[in-house]
Amino acid sequence: MANIDTTKEAILEVGHDHGHDDHHDDHHGDKYQSSFVTRYFFSLDHKMIAKQFLFTGMFWAVIGAAMSLVFRYQLGFPEADMEWLQPLLGRWIIVQDGMGSLDPEFYYALVTMHGTILVFFVLTAGLSGTFSNLLIPLQLGARDMASPLLNMLSYWFFFLAGAIMFSSLFVSTGPFSGGWVAYPPLSALPQAASGSGVGMTLWTLSLVFFVVSVLLGGVNYITTVLNMRTKGMSMWRMPLTIWAFFVTAIIGLLSFPVLVSAMLLLMFDRGLGTSFYLSEIFIGGQALDYVGGSPILYQHLFWFLGHPEVYIIILPAMGIVSEVLSVHARKPIFGYKAMVFSILAIAVLSFIVWAHHMFMSGINPFIANIFVIFTLIIAVPSAVKVFNWIATLFGGNIRFTSAMLFAIGFVSMFISGGLTGIFLGNSAIDIQLHDTYFVVAHFHIVMGVAAFFGMFAGIYHWFPKMFGRFMNETLGKIHFWGTLVGAYAVFWPMHYLGMAGVPRRYYRFDTFDFSSSPGFDTMNQFITIAAVIVFALQILFIINFIISALKGKIVKDLNPWNATTLEWTTPTMVPGHGNWPGAIPAVERWAYDYGKDSDDGKDFISQVTPLKEGEHDGGGH
Amino acid sequence: MTTVIIITLALIAIIVVQIGRLIELSASIRGEEEAEQEANNRNAWGMLVFLFVFLAACIYSSAYYAPTMLGYGIEAASEHGDSLDQTFNITLVLTGIVFIITHILLFWFAYKYRRKKGKKSIFISHDNKLEVIWTVIPAVVMTFLVISGLETWNEVTADIQEGEDYTEIEATGYQWAWIIRYPGADNLLGTRNFRKINTANNPLGQEWEDEKNLDDFHPNDIVLPVGKKVRVRITARDVLHNFYLPHFRLKMDAVPGMPTYFVFTPKYTTEEYRQILKDNPSYQGPADETEPDGKKRWEAFEYELACAELCGKGHYSMRKVVRIVSQEEYDAWLKEQTSFYDQNVKGKAGVDPLLSVSHDDHGHEGEHHDEEAHEDEGHEAEGEHSEEAHSDEEHNEGGH
Repeated sequence: MANIDTTKEAILEVGHDHGHDDHHDDHHGDKYQSSFVTRYFFSLDHKMIAKQFLFTGMFWAVIGAAMSLVFRYQLGFPEADMEWLQPLLGRWIIVQDGMGSLDPEFYYALVTMHGTILVFFVLTAGLSGTFSNLLIPLQLGARDMASPLLNMLSYWFFFLAGAIMFSSLFVSTGPFSGGWVAYPPLSALPQAASGSGVGMTLWTLSLVFFVVSVLLGGVNYITTVLNMRTKGMSMWRMPLTIWAFFVTAIIGLLSFPVLVSAMLLLMFDRGLGTSFYLSEIFIGGQALDYVGGSPILYQHLFWFLGHPEVYIIILPAMGIVSEVLSVHARKPIFGYKAMVFSILAIAVLSFIVWAHHMFMSGINPFIANIFVIFTLIIAVPSAVKVFNWIATLFGGNIRFTSAMLFAIGFVSMFISGGLTGIFLGNSAIDIQLHDTYFVVAHFHIVMGVAAFFGMFAGIYHWFPKMFGRFMNETLGKIHFWGTLVGAYAVFWPMHYLGMAGVPRRYYRFDTFDFSSSPGFDTMNQFITIAAVIVFALQILFIINFIISALKGKIVKDLNPWNATTLEWTTPTMVPGHGNWPGAIPAVERWAYDYGKDSDDGKDFISQVTPLKEGEHDGGGH
Repeated sequence: MTTVIIITLALIAIIVVQIGRLIELSASIRGEEEAEQEANNRNAWGMLVFLFVFLAACIYSSAYYAPTMLGYGIEAASEHGDSLDQTFNITLVLTGIVFIITHILLFWFAYKYRRKKGKKSIFISHDNKLEVIWTVIPAVVMTFLVISGLETWNEVTADIQEGEDYTEIEATGYQWAWIIRYPGADNLLGTRNFRKINTANNPLGQEWEDEKNLDDFHPNDIVLPVGKKVRVRITARDVLHNFYLPHFRLKMDAVPGMPTYFVFTPKYTTEEYRQILKDNPSYQGPADETEPDGKKRWEAFEYELACAELCGKGHYSMRKVVRIVSQEEYDAWLKEQTSFYDQNVKGKAGVDPLLSVSHDDHGHEGEHHDEEAHEDEGHEAEGEHSEEAHSDEEHNEGGH
């Protein structure tokens, strides 16, 4: 629809209270959004739900990162007096002879909670939940999700999962402490660890509700993508963001239920005396009655979700980065089709590599052969994506906005972390590196930092759409450079610990000679200090986020980044309910016509501009 | 103290935020476009600077930590370890090349194609030839890595072949230590039943009715002869553990209810390995910080056994010393060992079941039968012979 003039001054809808009523008649469904509660809490609007996911994700990110500071403090400065933390951590700080030290049990609880929170609440819900919700309807040209109600429920189940997890931090026996993978028997027996009592029950319950949230969201994303694309928006014209969210939702739908089944059997073992995972256990001075189960079964079930889960985390980030790189380099994403096929290949392969987490678990060594082959094959589509991103920069006209910087940082992180995956996926090398700091370095860089960078790129890029204001770019750039250097400073040295054989999940390293070589304690202190600085920079980001949302520079141009995609064709910077007050725009071309002269003298052609005579649609060839 | 820190941090935050706002404000005064262009150039240069600093830091830190690195400073102490280190090295070189090339391209392109006034980007959407090339090359490299990796893997994880000469020992993890069991003079490990475990005098639940158990002993350290194949039978008593010998490139989960194994051949005695470490810069300092003039780290070096699977709050402390000695020393050491049965059970009333064997009127008879019945149901006979034990394991895995 050419009748939408993207260049004209924006009718801004910054303070939600204005503007909204102006469009009241245009938006069917607004009767559900009329009160404060239905608008900000039980909202059915995908954009508000996206914000809810984002704010909740940010809350959990701060909690999860703060936990990591406490255990990093322990690892960097094991001899330090921690009594000053007692007001916060209470009896988890053991004070002896005037020296406060962290209870090892609580150390493990912190490690476990950090992993659980970051993997599920922040990088799954916070990332995929936020951007799938924000962008799927806006970029496809839909008024909302296929089912706004399920969408709302998806958020509130996530909220419930979070509330339960949060409450587990305060039970007297402590939160669950058996690692985010929750391997039985440790997770099944309260005798084995105090966190495996009530803490574990709450952990399981929380995750089950979380899976409900993911499934409700996923069904919605898939349905919306398949059925609610605007006229002309063929699958091959969808931006890569949408492809990524779509495939992510499919992976989630197929893998998360398996986690629930794993949890269910674990609950049976814990509560009903079944022996799915347990056999021949002597603990706490007595032999238990469990016979015939296998802890390995749990690991198979867990990693059948667990491995696709890392792609659930990284694919949305990849989609966002593809989009941001293209927009700010002013170039079409290189090899659009190859990018889509890579996403699909990664998705399929992600289901047949799970046992590479279990090479040393006692599975038949022959089975490892198959999983090594598939695991290393994943490197091929991943490499293709990296080359395509780099080629997208080639010949560009790059604007270094904060979003673009984080997108470039993402590519660097993905390369660094991806390459170390080639070591770990090779079972022979994994014998030595399994469960060492090499693994910690690998997955933090490739799915922790990289996914965060994707998330930041997305936030800086779509902040104008969410709030009608820009984020402060100077602070954004401080945030980027500090985080890029800082994140490498935190995780790069861990490779060396891993190559020296230092195991992960150790409360302290001086119990072994090989893990306390000279220089390692300095390295651990360095890592801890770097972690504190990186954390401070994220607080700076949050301050920037809040101040910019309230008082940032107002966006005057409806299409501030000169992007081709539909979300920038809404007549108001922050669209009202229903997104487009009039007819939904129709799509005439693919999403990546950057670097092409438009009739009005711009260097891009919006997706709503019809193809000229004889012009090829870029994505179709 | 805490409040001072908090106030300082808050002040720093406020200052940084204000600086950010000031810069933006001054930009709008100076003319936005010009200021933006300047900022853009600064960040482009940042890309270039970061590239050099990052690569230099990577190379420098690798060199710095080489003395403790797998395959560089810390030589593999087992025969299979070298092939593993070699696979590691091949991967390191290949990924290193890719890492450096892609990073140079990424940051160099970012710098080179920074926005310039009046410049236009090139419209290239794809290039089939190029894309085929960069799909095929990684595929070929991966194939090579898979083949060489799996060759090593299958070699390393192979069980004892029939007719091979080897020593079998057993390691059992529990919260939070290891129990090591040697087969004794008969070279056979006796059967175990977890229901007979008793922390006082039968920590492994050995069945004393089984003669093979009577000479099994539980030493404090793992002592093994150099150059001879060892099969470690790995079990756990409560939760998962992992039998991890970093110097031998050996790691295997200890799983309750499912014995696992790892076969390896020690290559250097502890003494020989100390000589290897003699020139290693990271082994020059004093072994004990409080005694700067005492033994150096390489002189006090011992091979170590650690746990590498989270097993609860004492996970980080499951240390055992592994001593690799010459065959003669090993034989002498074997002679010094007394069997667990002889030391802790034999002849003790109420403890030694062999004292009351064949007494029909024994009070515990009923209970005893019960236990045997249990054993028939679920507990498989363990460790009569390594091959049988192995087929049991396979059977176990087949069930998953």
